[in-house]
Amino acid sequence: MKILVPVKRVIDYNVKPRVKPDGTGVDLSNVKMSMNPFDEIAVEEAIRLKEKGAATEIVAVSIGPAKAQETLRTALAMGADRAILIQTDDEVEPLAVAKLLKAVADEEQPGLVILGKQAIDDDSNQTGQMLAALMGRPQGTFASKVDVSGDSVSVTREVDGGLETVSLKTPAIITTDLRLNEPRYASLPNIMKAKSKPLTQKTPADYGVDTTPRLKTLKVAEPPKRQAGSKIADVDELITKLKNLGVVA
Amino acid sequence: MKTLVLADHDNKVLKDATLSVVTAAAKLGEVHVLVAGNNCELVADHAAKIAGVGLVLLAEDAAYEHELAENVAPLIVNLMSDRDAFLAPSTSTGKNVAPRVAALLDVMQISDILSVEGPDTFTRPIYAGNAIATVQSSDAKKVITVRGTAFEKAAREGGNAQVEKIGTTGDAGLSSFVSAELSKSERPELTSAKVIVSGGRALQNGENFHALIEPLADKLKAAVGASRAAVDAGYVPNDYQVGQTGKIVAPEVYIAIGISGAIQHLAGMKDSKTIIAINKDEDAPIFQVADIGLVGDLFKIVPELTEKLPG
Repeated sequence: MKILVPVKRVIDYNVKPRVKPDGTGVDLSNVKMSMNPFDEIAVEEAIRLKEKGAATEIVAVSIGPAKAQETLRTALAMGADRAILIQTDDEVEPLAVAKLLKAVADEEQPGLVILGKQAIDDDSNQTGQMLAALMGRPQGTFASKVDVSGDSVSVTREVDGGLETVSLKTPAIITTDLRLNEPRYASLPNIMKAKSKPLTQKTPADYGVDTTPRLKTLKVAEPPKRQAGSKIADVDELITKLKNLGVVA
Repeated sequence: MKTLVLADHDNKVLKDATLSVVTAAAKLGEVHVLVAGNNCELVADHAAKIAGVGLVLLAEDAAYEHELAENVAPLIVNLMSDRDAFLAPSTSTGKNVAPRVAALLDVMQISDILSVEGPDTFTRPIYAGNAIATVQSSDAKKVITVRGTAFEKAAREGGNAQVEKIGTTGDAGLSSFVSAELSKSERPELTSAKVIVSGGRALQNGENFHALIEPLADKLKAAVGASRAAVDAGYVPNDYQVGQTGKIVAPEVYIAIGISGAIQHLAGMKDSKTIIAINKDEDAPIFQVADIGLVGDLFKIVPELTEKLPG
């Protein structure tokens, strides 16, 4: 079984984003970029399935600027077999990404597509579900455990009240939650080896997908700032404050 | 404009998250609520009483019992043929189903809205809540998920909507529910609690978490939350997690104990009315957002606080 793993290049999760003063967006110039943390978990899960013998080949795919190649090389260094870059400098919305991924899936015929549950830049949490809808296949979102057996996959999902397990017929789409696994670091020899692994370059036009945005961003603003608070000395003062807040009688 | 709201429920009780979505939907137009489930007539009756609801659609089928997206999405798509907007809560159910509906309708979803600025214009948080984007949709139909804490809850009483039973789309045959393992809690639900007591890694282990955080929460009649560090270390189950990847909360009072305040955690709680931080590191980022800060050892402060609180 082949596994397709879409990965996104995003602002590093440790960086505090700064809103541009003109309100057009977040300033990404000279900011450290990395693979979306949920996508690292997706790559790791695909590799573990291959190590268990449940998968034969892992194809990483990314949609974005030329620099997204670095993100794909990271996936290759972790253990993906080959990569596809669909290059575009435009911002591509989840719906268009899902359409491009469907086109890739039509060509590659993967048994599983494993995505992160959300990208930490747009925080949409849509692409996996949209891809599943377009492919007419089942979805196992927010996965914390994945078990492949025969032509079905059992996915334990993180839901609001706890955990829920569903069984999906493959081909299926899975989106990863943080607790699915602990992604490995790419070793230096593997980083070197990744440089010679195949990376195919494409464009959205190659797949005949229109990436015109449906949503127009009118403004990006800083969230309202919280007022600086005060430090208090001891528990008695805290209890007084709690009484003033009406939390305790 | 006609809107369709997906009710979040467990086949018995209508969840509070639905009430905030009704408020958001009412800003767009006439509100219809879809209750899709199995043996869930009671939920439909509850939905019909919500103030502002014009019509309740009840779709009962064993295939809908666990609201599997593969089975529920086609039902919603059919209902959208003569409606203009579909709204779901930003709960795990809503986030699972809504994008599937959006793709089937060929529209871009607007996730986790904070406000309705106009019939096609909304605000939503991006970059873990570090920026707020105002977006305008050019799609004919809108698919929206609603951040519950950003909208007032519609009143549970006062409405008198008609309940209409509708045909179902059955089982898509792609997926099946196997089991659920739900955390049992006597305390208020995290996302709707007025007071939350939250613990972090500094508690060192699960025993300390239970021994220190829970008695304090009980005295304050509060819900218990946790940082990702506390969840990953296994102190508490993951549905306690507050943050970008966990639950988004906005209680009256949020008490962060032994939590440093990473941006991913702040994303989940910085809209709380009052934030109280207890931490021994006076430079911890949590103090930059806390209204009331107490620097000190939580192992001394928390037991003393619990002891001295009345009740």
